[in-house]
Amino acid sequence: MKLTRRQALKAASAAVASAALPRAAQAQLQSFVPGQMEAAIRKVLGDAKIRKGKVTLDLPPLVENGNVVPMTVTVDNPMTKDNFVRAIHVFNEKNPQPNVISVQLGARAGKAEIATRIRLATTQKLTAIAELSDGSCWSDTQEVVVTLAACLEDLP
Amino acid sequence: MSRALINVPKNARRGQVLEIKTLISHVMESGFRHGTNGKDIPRDIITSFSCRYNGEEVFATQLFPAIAANPFLTFHTVATESGTLSFHWTGDNGFEVTEEAQIVVE
Repeated sequence: MKLTRRQALKAASAAVASAALPRAAQAQLQSFVPGQMEAAIRKVLGDAKIRKGKVTLDLPPLVENGNVVPMTVTVDNPMTKDNFVRAIHVFNEKNPQPNVISVQLGARAGKAEIATRIRLATTQKLTAIAELSDGSCWSDTQEVVVTLAACLEDLP
Repeated sequence: MSRALINVPKNARRGQVLEIKTLISHVMESGFRHGTNGKDIPRDIITSFSCRYNGEEVFATQLFPAIAANPFLTFHTVATESGTLSFHWTGDNGFEVTEEAQIVVE
């Protein structure tokens, strides 16, 4: 079979593109399952209705190093005996596993705010959901751009 | 043995909301990486953490591989009485660490 100049160039550029992605990165991209976040949320919360609001998910919009991303979740709700935040769950869209953290709180927490550091495999959306004592669920979603992904580097 | 750092105020007024910060040294190996020999590196993470205030649980959490190495957590609790705050981490491969902090409430 005779290659035209155009076909030859196309084939060459495709080969370069696939070689540029390290093996681990390719594996990671393949592991992304659309809808895994939605499925994980339903697994934890059942068919509860989730409304937007009350929750603030604080993440830097642009992350240089996906290995350590500071994250703060604040829920704007009083912490009294009859009205408190029962749990906070955080989910990601494109990490190999959709869960990030689950926290159980009570009226004794005084303030529904947590902070930690997380890993992000790639540019993606994160959702934080707060479960209140009356059973209602509130959420916030943020998009984060990651320039250097977590878990890609091979060990020395 | 893992080293844990805990930041709790030594003194507090009754009813005050305390901010508690904890940091523990741990690799949090996600289980999704490969070594140079191409083999998967097995998962080794801290899976849960809890805080007890004079024996009563005031904070509990489940951690996943998406938590960065050396897990750092900030949370809050109301100062009710003088006593002991105990912190408990458990994880894969029988990992278990307990730390305590004293607090005086006026």
